[in-house]
This record gives sequence, C-alpha cells and structure tokens, in this order.
Amino acid sequence: MEFFHKVTRFPFMNTRKVWYGLSALLIVASLGLVVIRGLNLGIDFTGGVVVETNFPQAPNIEVLRTALAAAGVSGAQVQAFGSSRDILVRLPPDPNVKGEQVGARILEVFHGIDAGVKLQRTEVVGPQVGQELFVKGSWALVATLVLIAIYVLLRFTPKLAVGAILAVLHDPICVVGFFAVTQMTFDLTAISAVLAVIGYSLNDTVIVFDRVRERARNARKLTIAQVIDESINQTLSRTLMTKLVTLLVVVALLIFGGETLHGFSAALVIGILAGTYSSIYISAAIALDFGLRSDDLLERKHTKPEEVDGLP
Amino acid sequence: MISYARWKFVLVGSALLFGILLALPNLFGEENALQLARDRAAVLPGDRTSIESLLTSKGVAESGAFLDQGRLTLRFASKQDQLKARDIINDARPHDFTIALSQASRVPEWMRNLGLNPLKLGLDLRGGVYLVYQVDVAGAVRQLLDHYEQDFRASLRAARVPYQDVLVDYPGNRVQVLFHDAESFAKGRTAILGDSRTLILTDTTVSGAPALELKLGAAQIKERQDYAVQQNIVILRNRLNSPELAVSEPQVARQGVDQIAIQLPGLQNSAEVKKILGKTATLEFRMVDETNNPLEAATSGHAPLGSKLYNTRDKQPVLLKREVVVTGDQLTDASFQPNTQDGPAVSVSLDSRGAAKMLKNTQENIGHLMAVVFIDRSREKNAEGVDVDRVTEEVINRATIRGVFSNSFQITGVNPIEGRELALLLRAGGLAAPLSAVEERAIGPSLGQDNIDKGRNAMVFGMLAAFLFMAIYYKVFGLVADIVLIANVILLTALLSLVGAALTLPGIAAVVLTVGMAVDANILIYERIREELRNGISPRAAITAGFERAFSAIADSNVTALIAGIVLWLFGTGAVRGFAVVLVLGIATSMFTSLMGSRALVQLIYGGKRKVDHLSI
Repeated sequence: MEFFHKVTRFPFMNTRKVWYGLSALLIVASLGLVVIRGLNLGIDFTGGVVVETNFPQAPNIEVLRTALAAAGVSGAQVQAFGSSRDILVRLPPDPNVKGEQVGARILEVFHGIDAGVKLQRTEVVGPQVGQELFVKGSWALVATLVLIAIYVLLRFTPKLAVGAILAVLHDPICVVGFFAVTQMTFDLTAISAVLAVIGYSLNDTVIVFDRVRERARNARKLTIAQVIDESINQTLSRTLMTKLVTLLVVVALLIFGGETLHGFSAALVIGILAGTYSSIYISAAIALDFGLRSDDLLERKHTKPEEVDGLP
Repeated sequence: MISYARWKFVLVGSALLFGILLALPNLFGEENALQLARDRAAVLPGDRTSIESLLTSKGVAESGAFLDQGRLTLRFASKQDQLKARDIINDARPHDFTIALSQASRVPEWMRNLGLNPLKLGLDLRGGVYLVYQVDVAGAVRQLLDHYEQDFRASLRAARVPYQDVLVDYPGNRVQVLFHDAESFAKGRTAILGDSRTLILTDTTVSGAPALELKLGAAQIKERQDYAVQQNIVILRNRLNSPELAVSEPQVARQGVDQIAIQLPGLQNSAEVKKILGKTATLEFRMVDETNNPLEAATSGHAPLGSKLYNTRDKQPVLLKREVVVTGDQLTDASFQPNTQDGPAVSVSLDSRGAAKMLKNTQENIGHLMAVVFIDRSREKNAEGVDVDRVTEEVINRATIRGVFSNSFQITGVNPIEGRELALLLRAGGLAAPLSAVEERAIGPSLGQDNIDKGRNAMVFGMLAAFLFMAIYYKVFGLVADIVLIANVILLTALLSLVGAALTLPGIAAVVLTVGMAVDANILIYERIREELRNGISPRAAITAGFERAFSAIADSNVTALIAGIVLWLFGTGAVRGFAVVLVLGIATSMFTSLMGSRALVQLIYGGKRKVDHLSI
C-alpha cells in the first residue's frame, strides 16, 4: 500500500505569504489568549490543595458544592474528573489552612452525602514551592530552546538555522495557546509535553533541510525556490507518514491514558500537528526570505560531518 | 549478496539477549509480603533462618524470602498466610522487628542474587505518600549563634568576669561581647578562649566600649546549613523505621539546597506520617526534685524555688531541678538493648562536654532520680498564617542513678515498647533545624492500580495501532519494524530495570512516545528505500542506500529530542523526572533498534539470497 505513489508538486514557496499569514494569526491569537484569558495553571504552579475522591454512584456536583460551603470549606472548585463518579476538589493556597485537615474535612462532608466515597489522592503544594516549580519549568523551556538553537546553528548554514529555530518557536506557542483556549490545566506534565514537542518537532524540518542541501548540490540549474519546493514535495510522504503514526500512538494515549495524562497527550497532539505544519510551510520559506541561495549550500565546510557516532 | 559486518550481528544479538535477561524479572508478578526491619541494626542471615524455621514449625510456609539492605522480605501465597505470619513473628519475637505489610516480586532468589530486579513502580502507580520538607537552614544558623552566646555568658560567669552584654546580630551572623573596660576585656578574652580554643575572635569597639566579636564566615554558614539538612535526613530516616509507621522501602533524599524529599510507598495517611516526621525534638537530662511534693505544686500551679513543674506522658506531675545536666545536642548515640543483665535497657553515649558534666553530676547524686525531658517543637501556622513553633515538654523517663558514669551509660527499668521508643526519641533529640512540609502528595492504592491499567491500555492500543499500520503499509518491512519495536520495548524495560529508575505514569507515556519515535525512524528508512526503488535502483542497492542516507536525518532529529529529555531530567523532580529518564533511555534504544536491529533483520531476510527481484515494501 502506498498513499503517495507519485511525487506531488505543490507550489509551497509561491504560496508562502498565505502560510506566513496563517502562522502569524496563530501566534498572535495564542499569545493574545494567554495574555487575556491566561492559563489555567495547575496546583504544581499555584500551590493549593487537590483532593480526588471516588463515589460509588455519580453524585450531584451542586449538592457537593453547597455541602462544602456549608461546612466552611471556602473557595472550593468541585468538578468531575474523567468520569462522573470521580470528583476533584481544588482549593486555592491558604496559609491558614492545613492541607491534610482540609482533605479529611472534605472527605467527611462527602461521606455524609454518600457513605461509600473513597479518597483517591490528596496533593498539597505550598505557594512557594509552586512558584519554584514554575520558575524551574520556565528555565527548562528556555534552556531547551537555547541548546537546540545552538545545535541547529552548528548543524546548518545560518539562514537555514534561523528558519528552523523560528519554526521550532512556533510550535510550543501554539500548544500554550491551545491550553489558553481550552483552559485545560497547565501543570508540570504539560510542560514536559511542551519540551518533548520542542525536541520532536525539529524532526521534519531537519529532513526537509537535508533534502534541500542534497538537491541544491545535484540540481544546479534550478532556482533555490524550485529546489525547496521539490525537496518538500519529495519528503512529503515521509513527513506525513511519520507524523501519522506518532499521532496514532499519542491519540491512544489521549483516549486510554486517563485524566492524569489528558493535558499531556493533548499538548503532544497539538504540538505534533503544529510541528508538521511549520516544517512543511514555514521553516524553509523563512530561510528563503532570509536570502538563502544555492551557493550557501555548496560550501564544503557545511557538508555534514558523520557526527553523533557515539550514540547507539 | 548485501554485505553486512558480522560484528554488527553479534552486537545486535547480544544486546537483545542481554535485554531479555534484564527484562525477565518483570514477568514474575507480585505477591503479598512482609518486610522486617530492625531499629538501627540490620536483619542478619541468622535471623532469616530462625524466622523461616519458626514459620515452618507453625505450619505457615513462605513462598520466597530475601535479604536486601538489612531488611528481610518474606513472600506469601495468600493474604491470610501473610497476616498469620506477621502474628506468629510478633508473638515469638516481640519487639525485635518492625514489620511492614507490602508487596514483593516473585523473582526467584538466584535471579535476585545476580542483581536482576524488576522495574520499580513510582508512587503514582503504587500508591503512597510523597512529602517534601523545607529545612529552616536560617534557623539552624541562628541556633548556632545562640549557642555561642550562651557559651560566652557561661564562660564569663564561671571566670567571674564582669561584662556589659552579649549581643547576637542574626542578619550579620555575628556575636559581640561588650565589656566595661580594658581590664575585664583582657580577662574575658582569656576566659572565653580558654573554654573554646579553636574560636577566632576579633577585637573591636562597640560604642566606645571594648568588645570581642565572633563572625561566622560563608564557609561556616554553609557547613552549618549542610549539617542541618544532613542531620535532618538522618533523623527522618531513623523515624521512618519507627514501628508506628511500619513502612517498607522508605526513601529519603536531599533535594536542592534546603529541601528533603521523602517517598513512602504503600502508605495512605499523610497526616499520621507528618505527625511523626514533622516533630523537632530536643532533650534534657535533669535531676528530680525529691524534696517537694509535685502534686501540691500542680494544684497550686507554682513550682518551688529552683524547680520546674513538668508532666509525664501519662499526665503525672513531676518536679525537676532547674539546672540542666546534659542537653540533647551532647548526646551522640542511643540504642535499645532488649537483653541486658538488668533486662531491657537503652544505651546512651555522650560527647566529651556532656560526659564531663554527667561525671560530676553522678558523683554527687548516687541513689537519686534523674529524668529525661523530651521537648517537642511542631511547626504550625497561626491565624495570621505565620509559622509558629508549638512546644510541648514531657518527662519521658525517670531512673535512679546507680553508679558513677560519664560518656556512656544505660537506662534500665524500661519495658521493651518504652525502651524502643525512648531510644528513638533520644536519637531524635538535638535536631539541628525545624522542618516544615511544603509539598505533599498522597495517592491511594486503587488510583495507583487504575493508573497502571490506563497506562497499560494506552500502551497496548497505541502499539497495536502502530503495528497494524506498519504491517499493512510496508508489508514485510513493516513486520520487521514491528519486531524491532518489540525489541525496543524489551531493551527499554531492561535498561530501566538496570538503572533502577522508578516507572511513573508520565514514564509510561514516554514509553508510548518513544514507540512512536522508533516507528518514525523506520518510516524514514523505508520511505527512502521506496524512493530509491522509484529512481530505478536495484533492490539491494536501495536497501543499503536507504539505511545509509536516513542515518543523518534520524540522528539529527533524535539529538534534539535528546536535548529536551536531558534538560527535563536535570530540572525535573518526581513524576516529571520519571518521564525524562524514560524519554532519554527510550531515544537511545529506539535509535539502536531501528538503525542496527532492523538492518540486521532485513539482512537476514534478503541478504542471503543470490538475487533479489522485488522488495515487499
């Protein structure tokens, strides 16, 4: 079986203004949403208390909420978590309240409503720790981006590197935008997913660039725009197939992995989609607009060394 | 024939063999188990044989046993046997062991002896309590300064040197002794240095008066902070061996500069744990005031001059002399001895300062009662949200001084339960700095099992989807990729078992993700082969070209993922680190299996044939 028996001939470079526009829209919308709506930061970052309980029968959330308020547990967010029988209670950090006491209190209140209720999980994070984790997470993001940028700069000509780096920046922004739109909880696992996306989304860009370099040397008569178009079209089946299979696997994670991994898997799905898009439509186009010429790719010093031999 | 170096076959084969061997322990499953630990001491092979014969004589047979890190684990085929065995051991060897109910792998002993262990499960899969404590390192430095202040005052008082004041400047990390005139300054200096020779004091003047100054240097402060954290770790470890907790495989580790992370698998009640762990305790040995009536003092609420009113643990009033004989920080060790000539006893060792004071005291007070006061500080938040230390003082033991002793002695007349607890409390004394819990996560066992099931489902269905897709889309080559994928999961399991990294739910997600990435690598190779075939190259050349040309793309893309994984590994804690470990190892195994493994397999299928007309791709 083969989906792409013939090499396609999509004019990616001629239409690049359209894709720039789309990307700009995505980025502006993502950043705007983050500023306006903000992220629904998880307890990892805000500090506070999370109590997960399991009921034998689906309870009425409104009843639970009033019962908690009546018992003096204030500011509690009550929501179903995964199934209607799993109830999650979230409390903002409160210096006057001790976590384990709140957990016991919530369970007590719920016990009065349904004696079969079970405590599944309690998490208490001090506000200071939350801040620390947030700072650490942000540093991890920055460090990854910088290290990857250095790697790309070493590996490609500067113009291609700029394209790759901008395309890589594009993807996590889209993921964060997605979290702002859906107001899914953005926690430590979500940050891990964003980092994985950054590491992974460069894949296709690298493959396209490899091909651009190869074609530029072999097809000297073509303009650089033609070389890029050909290269993207030639590698299109690879790009799409690899992403399709990874998506299959990640979607399985999204469906079966449960509520805990929901944000994580969703971030991966969005990240992979954005990564595929940016490596086809954006990365090489940016290099072209930064004045990439065939000559840039011919210099001997930029031929790829057989590095990374040490890896198994 | 397509050539392929023999050593590569050997490498792939031996890696696979090695991987299967290391991954093997994971197939055995778990059983109910008991874990026996001893307070401060290791469980010995002799204990193991005696326990085993004890159980056999009572008709309860364990299905396996092993000693690891001073803990004896006994496995049982059923829950009933497990509980029965616990009662038998408790009855026959009371107070000898701390017994925890746990789960243990069915891995045969010979395998365990070879160092082959199953994957550890993280707390989110196993259930348990995760706590992070913040050590008040600034408080530890303050304590040190206070200590110097008291020492200076004591030295000056003993030498009868008049002085203005001793000032402690906490933010400046210094202590200043102010004198009236040059004469007392010189005397005071000699007195202080006579008592503690190693101190480096500087001469200065404070508002015209001659003064001595002790300033802590950066190295001293850091040393004190490190000491506070280390000491807390030791104390927490000791407390975790407390019979009240009975936890199996507790883990205590330093995290960052001033935090301590604790993992307690299988525990549920974090409040109980924190009650036991969060205490900071100090001790004092004081003489009992035997001349006055404590009941009278308790009813009137006034202690006689020179005495102080205390309560015992069972709320009996006791009068103790105001002078402290020895404090907890002078105590270097305490252990419970179940069988001495005088019955169960607690052995105590003191440092030289404490020993000198104890010697003097016992010479003067033979036949009199000495008491141990346990001072417990728990940190709580008051109505304004500010940390306050709540102090409870209790007399935990009173004993008659039977002879003159100094640096080591025994407290007798305790019953085994008391003795064990007393030893634990004595050791817990002299804590360097107060602790407060800043992060706390408790996961119930049913949620853990739930997470395991979800992780397994995601993995099975994700892999199945990838398998089917590959087999349909790339036919024989797809099957090659599928076999290689299984090898990848085996190798990854092997590496994780070898490293001893705990598998968490995000870790399972990382396994799934690396499966996706391993498929990726195979697709890159196969698409390249197809392309070469379309260009009219012979099948054999296409295979060689496909693997060779795809190499740089695969390497490049994996290096960037590796960078992200390593950064996560360095920055992450807990479950996130679990993700990073699996991601990094998974990238390594997936590169190996798709570049070398699948090449070797393709070679086996097509390499031996004289003529290859068609590739099933």
